[in-house]
Amino acid sequence: MFIELGHFALILAFMIAIAQALIPLVGAHKGWRSWMAVAQPMASAQFFLVTFSFAALTWAFVTSDFSVDLVVNNSHTDKPMIYKISGVWGNHEGSMLLWVLILTLFGASAAWFGSNLPDSLRARVLAVQSSITVAFMAFTLFTSNPFLRLGLPPFNGTDLNPLLQDPGLALHPPFLYLGYVGLSMAFSFAVAALIEGRVDAAWGRWVRPWTLAAWVFLTIGIALGSWWAYYELGWGGFWFWDPVENASLMPWLFAAALLHSAIVVEKREALKSWTILLAILAFGFSLIGTFIVRSGLLTSVHAFAMDPERGIFILMILGVFMGGALTLFALRAPAMEARGVFATVSRESALVMNNVLLAVSSFVVFVGTMWPLVAEMLFDRVLSVGPPFFNMAFSPFFVGLAAILPIGAMLPWKRGDLRRTMQPLWPILLLSMAMGALVWAMQTGRSALGPVGVLLGLWVVLGAGADLWSRTGRGALAGRLGRLRRVPRADWGKATAHAGLGITVFAVAGLIAWESEDIRVAQIGETFSHDGYEITLADVRNVEGPNYHSTMGFMEVHRNGRHVATLTPEKRIYPAAGMPTTEAGIDYGLFRDVYLVLGDPQAGGGWAVRTYIKPFANWLWAGSAIMALGGLLSLSDRRYRVAAGAARRRREGAATVAAQ
Amino acid sequence: MKSLKKQRRIQIILLASIALAASTALIGYAMRDGINLFRSPSEILAAPPEASETFRIGGLVAPGTIERGQGAEVRFLVTDGGADVPVVFAGVLPDLFAEGEGMVGTGRYVDGVFHATEILAKHDETYMPKEVMEALKAQGHWQDGTGDYGSGDYGVTARPGGS
Repeated sequence: MFIELGHFALILAFMIAIAQALIPLVGAHKGWRSWMAVAQPMASAQFFLVTFSFAALTWAFVTSDFSVDLVVNNSHTDKPMIYKISGVWGNHEGSMLLWVLILTLFGASAAWFGSNLPDSLRARVLAVQSSITVAFMAFTLFTSNPFLRLGLPPFNGTDLNPLLQDPGLALHPPFLYLGYVGLSMAFSFAVAALIEGRVDAAWGRWVRPWTLAAWVFLTIGIALGSWWAYYELGWGGFWFWDPVENASLMPWLFAAALLHSAIVVEKREALKSWTILLAILAFGFSLIGTFIVRSGLLTSVHAFAMDPERGIFILMILGVFMGGALTLFALRAPAMEARGVFATVSRESALVMNNVLLAVSSFVVFVGTMWPLVAEMLFDRVLSVGPPFFNMAFSPFFVGLAAILPIGAMLPWKRGDLRRTMQPLWPILLLSMAMGALVWAMQTGRSALGPVGVLLGLWVVLGAGADLWSRTGRGALAGRLGRLRRVPRADWGKATAHAGLGITVFAVAGLIAWESEDIRVAQIGETFSHDGYEITLADVRNVEGPNYHSTMGFMEVHRNGRHVATLTPEKRIYPAAGMPTTEAGIDYGLFRDVYLVLGDPQAGGGWAVRTYIKPFANWLWAGSAIMALGGLLSLSDRRYRVAAGAARRRREGAATVAAQ
Repeated sequence: MKSLKKQRRIQIILLASIALAASTALIGYAMRDGINLFRSPSEILAAPPEASETFRIGGLVAPGTIERGQGAEVRFLVTDGGADVPVVFAGVLPDLFAEGEGMVGTGRYVDGVFHATEILAKHDETYMPKEVMEALKAQGHWQDGTGDYGSGDYGVTARPGGS
């Protein structure tokens, strides 16, 4: 019964979405207030209806209603409750419903918190947002309906893919979708501004929090996915350059570029048309990502099932929205005259550099991801593009980005003096280079990756500190320390996010450069040593889990005779899904992870055992978390909480703190 | 003022073109060893690739040929129905790797043996990697309709890493 009501609610929301995509647009065009005003209640209604629909599906999962096809295929009565709930979005149909839910959530948020927007702009934003919702609701209802019933309900379900039964992955899709879909707000604002024909500082100020929020969610989502891959797939890789991962990296890069260029629009009213273009492209790439993941066109490590029909539908959505927005852009862009001028050496120029580097690195990822398709269609050659390509073609741009970041972050607006800006940065640069050289000397004969990582990481992190310090003005140390607390949150956020990037860059380089591995056959009771650790395979036993059988190894890790950890790598079999999985035994540490994997039993007795030492692995997740935290800090800045328009008027004339 | 704006615009366009040219050059350069061709066992036997070339092989794991538990290495035959190629892999196999199932491996072909550095066995019970399906079709060992696409399948890779 609930399922039918949920289905009905979704259809009702679909109808409202169609109306909301048209009526406010006409109203804004004709200047009819009442037609514009319907957008807000409609956006709220959509959100509540889809929430009900989502709740109905969740209810079916929680109560294991096996008359619903989707529940049968993705759930089981023995499954722990958290995975019954995460099973709702652990499949194509349910995840599309989550996608639609988030779309309507953002639409409703724009309606609730957009009271400071001009009426016509708000009506247009909500209409554009709703048109995206229409497309995805149609997709869900017509090609991937989660509410289908079965004539003969089976006794039990076939279980969720065991790999997905994991807390990290339970949360990964919601965050990723919040990021993907959050970019639709930037898109809606861009298209609404194009229809409106006006882009000004206020527009930049409105669009930034949405982009920032989307970027924060994307950062968390990508980090969660990467962390999951690290501990779950059993060889400790954190990034595969797989099409599906690239699909999330491209919008992330574009969102990063967009939130920086929107600053220029807000502060200096320059780079307007570029920012609009970025907003369109950022959402375009998140649609391309959806297409890649759901069409199965590219062979990927982890994709949803391939289904050409769905792929074509998403391609049509992509075509309509990108084609329409870009055409509108071509028509209206020349009208957007930049106001602010800036010198060659200035914050604006540095942000242009940032944008160019981010856009180009994204372009490289795009080419590498799509190349197999192009090669197959044009040259009839089946091939894949591997990590060496991306490492070689992508990394230089990120090195460049990290190199200019501390300087650009401290350059003044309009006109800068490189010598003046570099003054506080020289000691930092020298220190970073000295540390890099030291590491280089200590690790004789290994790749330059480690030292370069140390250099860049230190440079960016310390540079972020210097940036924050410079915000405290001049004078005595005590006074500056006191003022540090009163530096706007946006500045704290900026420094924190930049430092997080520095830590991430360092961790990636360090992890790749210094990891070590060992594979061998170990008898029970045997001790072997690897990279300074003595590891003993103490025992291998069969253990029963809630919905799986496990073969669990008990391994003791010692270092210099001191006990470090007892790890239990497992091989599990989930009978309901008929699927085995490997669970690594990991001892997380500040400077290294010890990562143990139990392999096959050997004919001559004993077990195959793999040992990895992964240096600085935790720094990678910590760095990403700090980046996200920086975004949240910036988002909590006071000026986003007070009505933006009013605050702007109040501050007019007053010396504005050059936040960001 | 007008000229300063124009100057800026020219500089930005110049910068963008340089970045684009640099990226294109890098892409071209990186593609030389970043690209792995896909070959079926029949193609490999018909025209054996150089021992230095890293490529991908795909097919079914021939039933009854997996030798596990003989040290850290795993050996098996990959078949597309037309030809068999022996594969050696030093690593922990993906969980869903099994006899009669599809697999895709990355590695080199040295002295008649494929030395895999990475093995991908993507499926949810019934799934077949696209390339493998094509290779089997080419050998006439695939009927449409036998491949039923389930939903929500996540695949698994295994690689020894490092190397």
